Amino acid sequence: MTSARLLDLRGAIFAVVLIAAAILVPIAALAVPPASPFHVPAYVIALTGKYLCYALLAVALDLVWGYCGILSLGHGAFFALGGYAMGMYLMRQIGARGVYANPNLPDFMVFLNWHDLPVAWWGFNSFGYALLMVLAVPGVLAFAFGWFAFRSRVTGVYLSIITQAMTYALLLAFFRNDMGFGGNNGLTDFKDILGWNVQAEPTRAALFSLSAIALLIGYLIARAVTMSKFGKVLVAIRDAESRTRFLGYRVENYKLLVFTLSAMMAGVAGALYVPQVGIINPSEFAPANSIEAVIWVAVGGRGTLVGAAIGAVLVNFGKTYFTGALPEYWLFALGALFVLVTLFLPKGIVGTLGQLFARERRAAVGARGNRVPAVAE
Amino acid sequence: MDGKALTSSLLYLDGVKVSFDGYQALRGLSLALTPGEMRAIIGPNGAGKTTMMDVITGKTRPDEGDVYFAGSIDLTALDEAAIAELGIGRKFQKPTVFESHTVEDNVLLALKAPRAAAATLFGRDEAGIHRRIDAILATVGLSDLRAHLAGGLSHGQKQWLEIGMLLAQDPKLLLVDEPVAGMTDAETAQTAQLLRSIAKDHSIVVVEHDMAFVRDLGVKVTVLHEGAVIAEGPIDQVSADPKVIEVYLGR
Repeated sequence: MTSARLLDLRGAIFAVVLIAAAILVPIAALAVPPASPFHVPAYVIALTGKYLCYALLAVALDLVWGYCGILSLGHGAFFALGGYAMGMYLMRQIGARGVYANPNLPDFMVFLNWHDLPVAWWGFNSFGYALLMVLAVPGVLAFAFGWFAFRSRVTGVYLSIITQAMTYALLLAFFRNDMGFGGNNGLTDFKDILGWNVQAEPTRAALFSLSAIALLIGYLIARAVTMSKFGKVLVAIRDAESRTRFLGYRVENYKLLVFTLSAMMAGVAGALYVPQVGIINPSEFAPANSIEAVIWVAVGGRGTLVGAAIGAVLVNFGKTYFTGALPEYWLFALGALFVLVTLFLPKGIVGTLGQLFARERRAAVGARGNRVPAVAE
Repeated sequence: MDGKALTSSLLYLDGVKVSFDGYQALRGLSLALTPGEMRAIIGPNGAGKTTMMDVITGKTRPDEGDVYFAGSIDLTALDEAAIAELGIGRKFQKPTVFESHTVEDNVLLALKAPRAAAATLFGRDEAGIHRRIDAILATVGLSDLRAHLAGGLSHGQKQWLEIGMLLAQDPKLLLVDEPVAGMTDAETAQTAQLLRSIAKDHSIVVVEHDMAFVRDLGVKVTVLHEGAVIAEGPIDQVSADPKVIEVYLGR
């Protein structure tokens, strides 16, 4: 029953690919001469680094949706909050190099005629504090949100709707200039991170590697959680919530814990995303972003973790291609993809492949005369 | 236990009233169960059997009346999880097992063990847990299917698995809602035998429609009608009661 290992074959392949990418891609970008076919150009690093952040968001979402049945349509909000926390640190690093050369205030505050740094910005010149906020802000919001929602037993589509409302409310709030987060334009014009130039190729390569490692750590945490007895209770809640309650489990506490953990992972993904794309603005809170993340997970296979990451990378690769080649058709393609996956691949790519392999293995062993019962996962 | 025992009964309901949107599901239901007793509850559709289970397990709060467990614990003040922790287990009418878990994981989740999130996240399996699971699977006759997903079991097997999960909780009181609904005759007979053996060291309340099954159990019977008790006693006495005959055969 607990014989399954932390790294099964699927997870081991995933880990090897991520570690190899974290090591080889920077080498290929920095040490290999541009003329070589093995050279990785800078724009590829930036693009794939972004995909890895999306993949981490997808793993976080799969943890709550795939295993606990909480269909959050607001995970983009936690991603964006983590991104804002990192963006505020990066803004403070600009110092006097801004257009208005004010050593204390970011440009937009000078433009708004502010004289003091708002309290919310205090401490963000420290990288450690910013990292803490990357985890704490999404975590506290998820905890407060979940506290009320799960205790009131809001479930299913109603919960999805209020998560969507949450991210929309944040979108509107962050649009306002007097919120003090740069309004419509958000935060941008970043110069350096920990003294390294954000635009420089070595920094970009390092951010790529960090994203790969963060994705691997996020995966391992999610995997450890889902393999524990706690994870079995999550699946029990997903399958039969009130039955779980009658067994004596406090369903709201389980949901609250996993939702908060997932939000913190999403925050880390956002924090790695912002220095790589060079901007964070309120459009990251757009409800459509959160819905897209759900589609990544569905395409890759919910409840598989690895599938969620693969789905995020594949769909975003498609998005990059489509928005370049046929920009007006991307949303139709995304919609069609979701419909097709729901109809023909309800378990997603990885879930369906896993099923096929399991069937073949069973057939192979069955031929030798052994009775092999269906095994979960 | 807190306070002085108010009653010597294991379960004590007095004057319980519940209404939903003006419909009175329970109109002053009173019932007392002595420790170690197995009781069958029968009654036509809409008699209030399931509502009674809901009140005892904390799913529904009564508008009026008292519900006490083990003498002095007021169940109306507790929620489902707290009541389950006290030692009241419930089997639903429609078998609800965790379909994407294996048979043995279903039992594992039900086993008496710390239920707090921190305990399940960081705790290790206690020693002897496999032996307990083995024993329960043997009792309900599902040892061979332990590694199968519960979703793939037949209807009867799901019912037994659910009874096994109840046993794993090791409750002081088992509430069993229509355990033989949809079962074949052979399965029904096996289930009656299973419940009788469980009743040796547990108190059980069985709600059932199937009169042959209730007769087979051979225990005291309570008849509900329109949210109140209309008769109580051995099955032969109860089934000869003119009020019961009228309720069951129509007027």
